[in-house]
Amino acid sequence: MAKKTTETPMTIPMSKEKQKSIKKLYSGGVPSLRGTIIKIIFLALIDAVAVSVAFVLLAQNQWIALVVLLAVLVIVNWLYLRPAGLPAKYLAPGVLFLLAFQVYVLFLSTTTAFTNYGSANNGDFNQALSSIVDGNNEPASNADPTSPTYNADFYDVQVVKNDSNGQYAFLMTQANTPLASPTDTPAPNVLVGGPSENLRQLQPTDFTLSNTPNDVTASMQFDAIAAKGYTLVKDPTKLSGAEQDKLSNFHILLDPNKRFGQFLMANDLQNAVPYNLTMVWDEKAQTLTRQSDGAVFKPSTDGFFHINGNLKKESISTGWQVNVGLKNFISIFTDPELLRPLGRVLTWTFVFAISSVLTTFVLGLAIALLFDYEKLRGKKLYRSFMILPYAFPGFLSAYVWRGLFNTDHGFINTTILGGLKITQHLPTGDIHMMIPWLEDANWAKLAVLLVNLWLGFPYMFLITTGALQAIPSELTESATIDGASPWQSFRLIKLPLLLVSLAPLLISSFAYNFNNFTLIYLLTTGGPTLPEEINAKYDAGGTDILITFVYKIAFSAGKGRDYGMASAFSILIFIVVGGISLISFRRTKALEEMN
Amino acid sequence: MTATTDYSLIPTKRATTPLRWFLSTGWRHIIGLFLILYAVFPILYILSTSMIGSADIQNTSALFSNVTFDNYWALLDFSGKTMLRVTADSSGAAGMVYSDNPFDLWYINTIIIGLTTSIGSVFLSALAAYAFSRLRFKGRRGGLLSLLLIQMYPSILGLVGIYTILSAVGRVFPVLGLDSSLGLIMVYMGGSLGTGTYLMYGFFNTVPQEIDEAAKLDGATHTQIYYGIIIPLVAPILAVNVLLSYIGTTSDFVLASIVLTKPQSQTLAVGLQAFISDPYSKNWSLFTAGAVLAAIPIMGLFLYLQKHIISGLTGGAVKG
Repeated sequence: MAKKTTETPMTIPMSKEKQKSIKKLYSGGVPSLRGTIIKIIFLALIDAVAVSVAFVLLAQNQWIALVVLLAVLVIVNWLYLRPAGLPAKYLAPGVLFLLAFQVYVLFLSTTTAFTNYGSANNGDFNQALSSIVDGNNEPASNADPTSPTYNADFYDVQVVKNDSNGQYAFLMTQANTPLASPTDTPAPNVLVGGPSENLRQLQPTDFTLSNTPNDVTASMQFDAIAAKGYTLVKDPTKLSGAEQDKLSNFHILLDPNKRFGQFLMANDLQNAVPYNLTMVWDEKAQTLTRQSDGAVFKPSTDGFFHINGNLKKESISTGWQVNVGLKNFISIFTDPELLRPLGRVLTWTFVFAISSVLTTFVLGLAIALLFDYEKLRGKKLYRSFMILPYAFPGFLSAYVWRGLFNTDHGFINTTILGGLKITQHLPTGDIHMMIPWLEDANWAKLAVLLVNLWLGFPYMFLITTGALQAIPSELTESATIDGASPWQSFRLIKLPLLLVSLAPLLISSFAYNFNNFTLIYLLTTGGPTLPEEINAKYDAGGTDILITFVYKIAFSAGKGRDYGMASAFSILIFIVVGGISLISFRRTKALEEMN
Repeated sequence: MTATTDYSLIPTKRATTPLRWFLSTGWRHIIGLFLILYAVFPILYILSTSMIGSADIQNTSALFSNVTFDNYWALLDFSGKTMLRVTADSSGAAGMVYSDNPFDLWYINTIIIGLTTSIGSVFLSALAAYAFSRLRFKGRRGGLLSLLLIQMYPSILGLVGIYTILSAVGRVFPVLGLDSSLGLIMVYMGGSLGTGTYLMYGFFNTVPQEIDEAAKLDGATHTQIYYGIIIPLVAPILAVNVLLSYIGTTSDFVLASIVLTKPQSQTLAVGLQAFISDPYSKNWSLFTAGAVLAAIPIMGLFLYLQKHIISGLTGGAVKG
């Protein structure tokens, strides 16, 4: 009786008490004291962490992040403190991560696709300007005191630590101010400045000169070695590498108010040398002038400085991020530099994905049929061996096969093929050589397919074995009685049934291989580079599939990163893959089972 | 008459002669042995290479011709660096040089990132799967559908976005930014709902609903039902999911290579690449030793759990 009630609770007349218990059934029960305490402790912990994070955001003026954080915090507390809304309590943790790292990422990719974001354009206008001005400089003059071009704006440097903020700074004594003794007057010009403080002159009362002259060859030079409020760093080479880098590359502005003006740099942390700018920024006219030839660069709409703002004329390679509208998408369909490799890459992507599914399926099926024999002993042992390639971590497999396929020392060429040489006909004469597995585009394609066969056949073996066992034996038995040969009963009965049940898995295997980044990238990095493509704008090797090609556009170190273009590709691929998936899902039962 | 040609299908009590045995079963074993060879030779090869002294690496063709464990000791010295043997080749000078490739740190990083991610993401997706399987709410169908779609979104395509997010976050909180394990773990967890929920949803559905309804009538709260009844019942499946997620996470090259740039923070998948950028150089035998060490725990677990894994693979499409 009780069982029946739980199955159809609403149709049977019941007592008030029972109604109450039914209501409890659908509300999630009365919370226990222990549960409530645990819940409150958890919420308190989350709130505490979030609030401390909020203070950091507040201190750094990250207003948008702060608002988002507080909104999420309020929502989370509300979700878990109210009695209703049970599903949300179970879904919220996962959904939060999903929103942050998938949905928001998708959104970012989409917006990036409409910009020129890349290694050349990775910041805003001011960042680009700083990078250009700071990056174009040359030492103002010779730092050798014996040279006729010796410059007086050359300083002897001591690294000191500012006692008030603990940051490092430079204590600099102007060179070429000879004195008879440290107490001689006028005292030399002594400056202090560094990453955390602007350059300023010290009064003679605020510093102490060394007792021993620094420079004995030219003239008696006494350097400041102590200053009020600073502690001398005896051996700057003992500072951390990062700290040394920061100091030795720091631009000490001679005029702190002029951001893009002349500066000193103490590369060796012992001498500070003045540098001249070779690109001078005119704040009023908003132009950059190249000192060597007087060329005037103006900021242009494409996110670069061009001569006189003319888009067709020379530009500076560092730019800033701007919206370019549909330019990236249009390039994909019109840029010949992109279309040429793209056609080849797309063809190979399909060939690779389809052949991978076919070869692995045929081998897997053959093995499944081979072992699908009742009297065969040791099936479990065979299966354990067969799944080894599947159990072996995929990234390692790719690396291992890369070694196996090595032309000169690889196990395949030296041992399995026993040093077999092939003959290649070249205009200069025939060459006998071992098979250049990963160095020749065609051999590399074969190698990729062979490796994927090894990686993929165990999976196909497992799923076809499962599917074969699911076919009722009466079917094949009756076919045999009706006179069908084993081949006929396989081709006409087993295979069609197998294909019906395995179709969804074969489709997803195709989709997986279509985007099989790990195999291609780790085995061949998409290479080898084709001889005719060495100077191409976009790097597309002989085995590059679409996804590795896009990855190279976005992240390849050599040819410059183009995030905008890569994002535009990403969107197109998602539309294609998502479309194919939607259609194939509609054809499977996946949707019906959800109800 | 043709129907009787296939003798194997007719139940007989005839004595099996060796020839008959060979024609029906024996040849399967012979092919089977060849297949075993095919399946294991790359694995045997790296096992063998990992035990070769680096001086012999370029001219050893027979497997297991000389066995030494030097490569393993070089990797496992726990100094945070990896010894890299310079062989007496071109320069003629042999000696020890420490490289900047801390294998032991990679191993530890891999385990930390893999375990945290797999346990965390199975936890998250199990919670969601429970909601989808047991609770009825608005948007349930739509939610499941969107998860299916998101699952189809190749994570590589989101790299630019992930890179942007992590570098922005890292400027404020370095522990969550680029080059941090925690940041990478968060990114992986973001993908967990897409990959894990749908699989687990299927398994949760196989647990009879009557069990938790009975518990509800006895006054159990939903958390008691979830942690006390459902989770113990699906524990083996959860273990398999943790394993699969662990394998997936630790095999990931792309995301990890973008996020982790410093050698000390890298995982095996990213770091080991440094050993093989020049195949058959002095690093190749070190790499193979590293590969063996990296693969052993995963393969062991895989073989141990193979029954569950296979049922998980085929459960969706094949009821076999």
